[in-house]
Amino acid sequence: MTPSTGVKTLKIDGRDFSARPDETILDVARENKIFIPRMCELNGLSTVGACRLCLVEVKGSNKLLPSCVTHVEEGMEVTTTSERLTHYRRMIVELLFSERNHVCSVCVSNGHCELQNLAQKLGITHVRFPYRNPKVEVDASHERFVIDHNRCILCTRCVRVCDEIEGAHTWDIMGRGVDAKVITDLNQPWGSSATCTGCGKCVHVCPTGALFEKGRSVAEMEKRRSFLPYLTLMREEHE
Amino acid sequence: MTPDELLEIAETERESQKRFTHRVNVCLAAGCVSCQSQAVKDALDSDIARRGWGDHCQAKGVGCMGLCSEGPLVSTGVLTGNDRLYKRVAAADAAEILDSIDGAPVSRLRCPTDVPFFQRQKKIVLENSGVIDPERIEDYIAAEGYQALIQALTEMTPREVVEQVMASGLRGRGGAGYPTGLKWSTVAKSFGVQKFVICNADEGDPGAFMDRSVLESDPHRVLEGMLIAAYAVGSSDGYIYVRAEYPLAIKRLRAAIRQAERAGLLGANICGTRFSFKIDLRLGAGAFVCGEETALIASVEGKRGTPRARPPYPAMEGLQGQPTLINNVETFANIAPIIRKGGEWYAQVGTEKSKGTKVFALAGRVQNTGLVEVPMGITLREMVFEIGGGIPDGRKFKAVQTGGPSGGCLPEEVLDQPVDYESLARLGSIMGSGGMIVIDESSCMVDVAKYFMDFCMTESCGKCTPCRVGTYQMHRILSSITEMTATPQDLAMLEEFCDLLKHTSLCGLGQSAPNPVVSTLKSFAAEYKSHIEDHTCPAGVCGKQPGGART
Amino acid sequence: MSKQRLATVWLDGCSGCHMSFLDMDLRLIQLSEMADLVYSPLVDTKQFPENVDVTLVEGAVSSEEDLHKIQAVRQRTTTLVSLGDCAVTGNVPAMRNPFGTKAVCERAYCENVTLDPGIPDQVPRLLSCVRPVHEVVAVDVYIPGCPPSADVIFYAVIELLNGRKPDLSVMTRFGA
Repeated sequence: MTPSTGVKTLKIDGRDFSARPDETILDVARENKIFIPRMCELNGLSTVGACRLCLVEVKGSNKLLPSCVTHVEEGMEVTTTSERLTHYRRMIVELLFSERNHVCSVCVSNGHCELQNLAQKLGITHVRFPYRNPKVEVDASHERFVIDHNRCILCTRCVRVCDEIEGAHTWDIMGRGVDAKVITDLNQPWGSSATCTGCGKCVHVCPTGALFEKGRSVAEMEKRRSFLPYLTLMREEHE
Repeated sequence: MTPDELLEIAETERESQKRFTHRVNVCLAAGCVSCQSQAVKDALDSDIARRGWGDHCQAKGVGCMGLCSEGPLVSTGVLTGNDRLYKRVAAADAAEILDSIDGAPVSRLRCPTDVPFFQRQKKIVLENSGVIDPERIEDYIAAEGYQALIQALTEMTPREVVEQVMASGLRGRGGAGYPTGLKWSTVAKSFGVQKFVICNADEGDPGAFMDRSVLESDPHRVLEGMLIAAYAVGSSDGYIYVRAEYPLAIKRLRAAIRQAERAGLLGANICGTRFSFKIDLRLGAGAFVCGEETALIASVEGKRGTPRARPPYPAMEGLQGQPTLINNVETFANIAPIIRKGGEWYAQVGTEKSKGTKVFALAGRVQNTGLVEVPMGITLREMVFEIGGGIPDGRKFKAVQTGGPSGGCLPEEVLDQPVDYESLARLGSIMGSGGMIVIDESSCMVDVAKYFMDFCMTESCGKCTPCRVGTYQMHRILSSITEMTATPQDLAMLEEFCDLLKHTSLCGLGQSAPNPVVSTLKSFAAEYKSHIEDHTCPAGVCGKQPGGART
Repeated sequence: MSKQRLATVWLDGCSGCHMSFLDMDLRLIQLSEMADLVYSPLVDTKQFPENVDVTLVEGAVSSEEDLHKIQAVRQRTTTLVSLGDCAVTGNVPAMRNPFGTKAVCERAYCENVTLDPGIPDQVPRLLSCVRPVHEVVAVDVYIPGCPPSADVIFYAVIELLNGRKPDLSVMTRFGA
């Protein structure tokens, strides 16, 4: 029986929940304090389904579905944690660590980093794959901020917050595969950007220490995210 | 353009062609052009003029004749029923070919056509290839071109068109084999302020050139297919997304669109009906991933060509968020004959679940490389040993690779299996868009797997983690195997990555990237083993590279 | 029951992990009741002995000497433990990897040196790439942290000496 109100009922990890049809599995999980790991998703920004950490099992589907972009359906039975999912999530986090040069001990975000925290949560004590050790740059040309590509995991939160919330679209992506990188304007030094408003939103949505404020030393860069739900809410009410 | 006017053009064209009692067809598709077939055509033209034969003899530029490895190809006697095919023709041979036009053939250039390569083919998509002049709409119309469109517009409802396509059993020729009729009906039923029809001509598999050849040899057929599709689903705007690396195809498409517009077959109120449709070209910048439909749509919209999660599928929300029909070149090229002769007719060809014919680009270590169109259900052995003529230089067959970087390598044991969507998938490969690469004993299968992984790594768009970093790590392991430095643990890790990419990647590129590895691990495990355990490459391809060893 | 044989090894690292080891303070005495420290930068043994039960390795594998040492250590050890981020991830020593050995040596021994610049040949040759220990030999237990706290080291060693494999992910992490 489908409720005529449009409200969907579903099961997540064996518990019953109701949801609006426009909600995603992750929305419902978040409301109900069920933790699903993710890196690219941030509440208040559009979803891209790119990091693949939020994949969940849905009964009747032989595919794993990204919970951040999968809308709820009536009668859905979702499993957010299983041995298989944890195995994949560990591998994905290990891949992120192996991709660039993440040196937690000397990172401004040490202790406040989403990647570091997730690794611990998933029980990762070492990375099984050889490190790629790429030579990537650090752009400190901006007056107040720095982008250290060594620590970037290409979640594109900076790209989206700049475009969707600040409206400047200073950030974007160039290159393919492991050579992809976030750029300011048309790959110009950040400090010379004509579009950057210096609002710092990109810095604070960044999950790692890739974007940080100048003058912060090891472990001193704590990100403040509270502005984002507020701005999103205000915008929605305005519309 | 009314039906009568179309018939009139066809009649006039046939009449004007009748005055030629002799015709010399010269292939002017990219393969033959690259070995100077334009010079052959020019030489024939000037020789005909010099002889004063202009009133009865014509040298005609046509599309691909299939046997690309033997180009430039020239055929004579098409009008007199005295067919002769000449291979490797040079400009200097023009006079000799014209001298012999009524007499004995030029034996040193003769290419036999009574061989399986030609005899085993069944041409539907390629029926006009190598026969008509791709740069003249009149020639296409004289070969029953645009009749299907007129028939659909004047005699059929959109629904009836979809029904015929459904009845034909046609499945998407881009690779995945989704039923075309079902896709059309979904788009037809989707609601949107506007609908789009997109032709995917972003052919990117290494060794595959079916779509290029169709576009170069018979561009109007693709336009007609798109027009019929647009009528069936209710669209007024179409795009052809073609890779910029196909300049000749682009040139001929542009000319074809212009001609069709001038003839009133494209544009507003086609054939005096309320149906209007326009087609624009969009050139791809060479990213393989843009063949994936959501990435293709992003690219058409002017954005970075990266895929997005489906659903929503393009049939519901595609270009600019509107319902969008995306089909591959070959799929569209099948439409006109299906409408003209009926879905039932088409469904007679092929197997139970895979109907019709499939065009393959046969490449690699076979005698005859080139373009062939065969009925579905033909066996791999027939493809390789009859049509392909077997392996040259007395070498032994090792594997046949289908489906490009998303496909797999199939060994000797399965050669008697039929070529259709289900059997190839069951064997661990895919139909793919039609690339078929034959591999002989001189190739190392680990090296082959590494080649395809290198391709996927380079072509990964970088959006999702498993594909972006996973292809890099897989390529690294495959490299270490070919450098004889890998351990059994590395092999186990490789298998773990195969599983990860298949199940967690965002789009088809990443999900299918492990296929060449999985299929070679399945059928050629011994080769991996001897690299790892005995540090030898059975094919003698891989060697220990100094300095490449991991410490 | 005879005492177990414990060893610690110092490869390319800052010795901070060994300092943290010493930070066990009084608990070192408790440890010494369970095991003998048969080899360590902290004791005077020159040769790595045979039949070691547990070896804690600090530091990444950076030079040919590190490589030979760790291979011998692995052969003579039952349970090999990567202690600290350098051993586990390469950490700071591995930051030279993107630049290549030559550029790093030139910067260290030539460009920034005023007195007698030149690359010395008496020191062990650097490997082209700094690697975490488990990329070179099999590792049984990982204790991330920079350095791991004395509490974590104590817990891990006691567990190992009691024949249990500790789950350390809840107590420590990369950079901790």
